[in-house]
Amino acid sequence: MEHMISLFVRSIFVDNMIFAFFLGMCSYLAVSKNVKTALGLGVAVTFVLLVTVPVDYALQTYVLGPDAIVAGVDLTFLAFILFIAVIAGMVQLVEMIVERFSPSLYASLGIFLPLIAVNCAIMGASLFMQQRVTMEPTNAQFIGGFGDAIAYALGSGIGWLLAIVGLAAIREKMAYTDVPKPLQGLGITFITVGLMALAFMCFSGLNI
Amino acid sequence: MSKLFSDENKAAFTNPLNLNNPVAVQVLGICSALAVTSQLKPAIVMGLSVTVITAFSNVIISLLRKTIPNRIRIIVQLVVVAALVTIVSQLLKAYVYDVSVQLSVYVGLIITNCILMGRLEAFAMQNSPWPSFLDGIGNGLGYAAILVIVGFVRELFGFGTLLGFNVIPQFMYDAGYTNNGMMVMPAMSLIIVGCVIWAHRAYNKEEK
Repeated sequence: MEHMISLFVRSIFVDNMIFAFFLGMCSYLAVSKNVKTALGLGVAVTFVLLVTVPVDYALQTYVLGPDAIVAGVDLTFLAFILFIAVIAGMVQLVEMIVERFSPSLYASLGIFLPLIAVNCAIMGASLFMQQRVTMEPTNAQFIGGFGDAIAYALGSGIGWLLAIVGLAAIREKMAYTDVPKPLQGLGITFITVGLMALAFMCFSGLNI
Repeated sequence: MSKLFSDENKAAFTNPLNLNNPVAVQVLGICSALAVTSQLKPAIVMGLSVTVITAFSNVIISLLRKTIPNRIRIIVQLVVVAALVTIVSQLLKAYVYDVSVQLSVYVGLIITNCILMGRLEAFAMQNSPWPSFLDGIGNGLGYAAILVIVGFVRELFGFGTLLGFNVIPQFMYDAGYTNNGMMVMPAMSLIIVGCVIWAHRAYNKEEK
């Protein structure tokens, strides 16, 4: 239990998907123009993570890992194809759910909803999970069961949500500032994210 | 031969290098551009891998473009890309193991690199194999160029080395010069990319 809480908090602040690993940058930069849409995308990403990481964890432990199906067979090299298939299927499902229950959110997310499938944060979380399964159990990043996988997925999703809502809020305010012409839009957004990442670095010594 | 290098084909190759650069203008494939550039060597390896994968996935999808049903095209594209990435990742592990360890999950994340999906959707689905190949190479090299610039700046100022060789002479250190530890931090890559975009836009505006 303690390990799960520590994993959860660490993946929000220390191993933040955006500020520590730059995962999911494309949609992060494109959809962060206003807070409401950003919040919607953040929730969608969190939900997809929450489903795909445990499913991929099961695949990794019971199908792909060394000696998982047949002794002496290591299928780890198939991971990329299997993980992306799970993710693409899940995103299709989320898209249908959002379209059914919140057509306005569906319209405002537009192309970025199906693009969650190629959001690096989702694939990255599964690949990091695959790395962490093989770590020493004493390591703070170790994932050793479904509980850990869920805690990690939830933490990563909330960390991503926090980052995108924070940036969207800053950009809403920044619309009224006087930025040098060639730096407007994308350039200044990058530098803002860089400064936010520097701020988040103060969590890197956090030990729980 | 002249037909192979017609003006249109040349444009498909050279546009992404500068005017329509995938990172600086189209904002695609940012995630990995930021994460692997703390030194020059992984940046070069990553740039080349992406170039190869973009070129060949463009060719394969372009060959298949008339047979892929429109509804499931994203999944088909993902599977083609995932297969190519698996091959490249195995090759990297076999020949440049130390770099592949440094790149860690970011090799797998080439699958979700937006440049690939963007080019497949926007170019390969409508064009024949040869222009698609040139387009893939052009976009890959445009991406690699940004990676190399950022990697160059970060390694030079962060470690005082280039490709592992010391370039800052000892008397500079004796005179009180120190390496800038900030450059090694991930956050600085965001700020450098922001500045690259700034310079790129300012320069291209003057040209027009």
